[in-house]
Amino acid sequence: MKNNKIFMEYNKSDIINFLLLMLIAFVLIPVTVKSGYWYSSILIPWLCLALASIGQQIVMGYAGQLALGAAGFMAAGAFACYNLILRVPDIPFFVALVLSGLIAAAFGILFGLPSLRVRGIYLMVATLASQFFIVWMIDKFGWFKNYDSSGIITAQDIVIMGKSFTSPMEMYLVIVFVVTILTLLAVNMARGSTGRNWMAVRDMDIAAESMGISLLRTKLQAFAISAFYCGVAGALFAFTYLKSLEPVAFDIKLSFKILFMVILGGLGTINGAFIGAAFILLFPVLLNSVGNNVFHGAIDATIISSIEQVVFGVLIIVFMIYEPLGMAKLWENLKFKVKNK
Amino acid sequence: MTEFLFFIEVVVAGLLAGTMYSLVALGFVLIYKASSTFNFAQGAMVFFAVLAFVGFMELGLPFFVAFIVTILLMGLVGYCTERMVLKPLMNQSEDTLLMATIGLGFVLEGLAQAAWGVEVRRLDLGIGDFPIQWIIDTFGLFVSALDLTAGLVAAFLIIGLSLLFKYTKMGLGLRAVADDPGAASSIGIPLNNIMLLVWTAAGVVALVAGMMWGARAGVQFALVDLALKALPVLIIGGFSSIPGAIIGGLIIGASEKVLEVYIGPYFGGAIEGWAPYVLAIFFLLYRPEGLFGEKIIRRV
Repeated sequence: MKNNKIFMEYNKSDIINFLLLMLIAFVLIPVTVKSGYWYSSILIPWLCLALASIGQQIVMGYAGQLALGAAGFMAAGAFACYNLILRVPDIPFFVALVLSGLIAAAFGILFGLPSLRVRGIYLMVATLASQFFIVWMIDKFGWFKNYDSSGIITAQDIVIMGKSFTSPMEMYLVIVFVVTILTLLAVNMARGSTGRNWMAVRDMDIAAESMGISLLRTKLQAFAISAFYCGVAGALFAFTYLKSLEPVAFDIKLSFKILFMVILGGLGTINGAFIGAAFILLFPVLLNSVGNNVFHGAIDATIISSIEQVVFGVLIIVFMIYEPLGMAKLWENLKFKVKNK
Repeated sequence: MTEFLFFIEVVVAGLLAGTMYSLVALGFVLIYKASSTFNFAQGAMVFFAVLAFVGFMELGLPFFVAFIVTILLMGLVGYCTERMVLKPLMNQSEDTLLMATIGLGFVLEGLAQAAWGVEVRRLDLGIGDFPIQWIIDTFGLFVSALDLTAGLVAAFLIIGLSLLFKYTKMGLGLRAVADDPGAASSIGIPLNNIMLLVWTAAGVVALVAGMMWGARAGVQFALVDLALKALPVLIIGGFSSIPGAIIGGLIIGASEKVLEVYIGPYFGGAIEGWAPYVLAIFFLLYRPEGLFGEKIIRRV
């Protein structure tokens, strides 16, 4: 029964839920949703950003290292993928995707090194270096952009086994496939000894160290895996959502966005990454449609985006005060209440 | 000789630009000293304060009145922050507080833009951003009048604040609170007043910093990103030291300019964007508590 080992720890309802989710993601949505808008403006960016949030979740929610440079690693992944497909003939898309994740992971290890010495805000500043450095590097060295002078490079089509995936629905299926595998992997890591080590380091690193957990290994591992997720997410984000590659798209604002997804979604939870990403992505859409339909454009678009910022800020403060575990915890509470009624 | 003179010029320009970073860093230090909260919103406060100031000026208020009204407004912001953010989060971990202040920063940025719009404003302080003829004649150096003013203002603020902390009753209370808030309030030091004072002082510092930056680069959102550069300054200087903020700012300002001028061309320029952070990382490896910070001892 060795093959079943992964699923041994999960109880029946977990597996049923999982299968149900898969049914929705792979069958129900492709069959029922026909409009390209839903795929290309909501589902695709949601899944990409949720994947990046899982990356941020690993380093911040599980390993407790306050890092603020997810967008930098996403940029590294995106441009690595572009260059791999451009320069390596006949490279399969998924191989390029994994390799670009690994390249991002290498950057993650490099910029995770300061975490061995510092923590908290100090670490945050150190990781900001990765954000600024990676984006600058891609911007300044023409090689990364294939000496394209226009500044905007079109991403190649995704070609898997000779078939190109170009319609929104096809791209969605590719992303769902990748996100499913990586999410399962993340859940398993978080539940296994790897995750336990991360959490021990998060809760008290000195105590963890004296219990024989190698801080060097655990922290760098968290940074590497986090950057891997961000890199893959960045590549998918650029190839399916942005469809063009420009370093500016991966600026510090995106890093903050991902940070907010993790904080609001709930630190130290994988489903929090999905909930947070959905909220941060959908709230502006909702606000815009309220502005257009209720006030008929009487409110300036810049005011709406300012309001959006205020609401995000207020929510962060409110969650920090009343529910530091975020929306994932609210969801748990709701489920608990419904069950015990 | 001209080469050496050019080097001096680069360093001086860097040092003076560094005082601008120091001004932002000073606001961080004030709040960190009083409440060991790292106020990530300081950058947003700079933006908020100077945008409010320009907004009041546009309403037709004279310079001085607008200045006072903005200070009152910053006091109000400080009061609300203390009541609504810091108090409920008392005794929480530093990371939680840090995240809350990130949220606060977003609130302030959003409010400022909602109230006063997003377009870039010009701020004319009556001080030109051009070299002073007198210094060119005497020393052969090109030093901007605005830079020099910023340097003087920073020096004035620091001396003022140091005196305030050292010799007034409020200052003594503040140092007591910084040491141990519980003990301080148990002997009757009014914690709320002290916090209000500190946040207002940080607001004034933010306003002055914003005015200096705004006169140079225009009052715009990019100020928030510029303020991020105060973070490496703090790492070099230490979070709880006022002289540290100044010296850190000078180090970052000078080294950033020197690196940009002498090493930048080999890498295609614009290394100013990340050089301070990398510098800060190397500094962290050598001295994690900063030049003047207190050594952190952690126990299980």
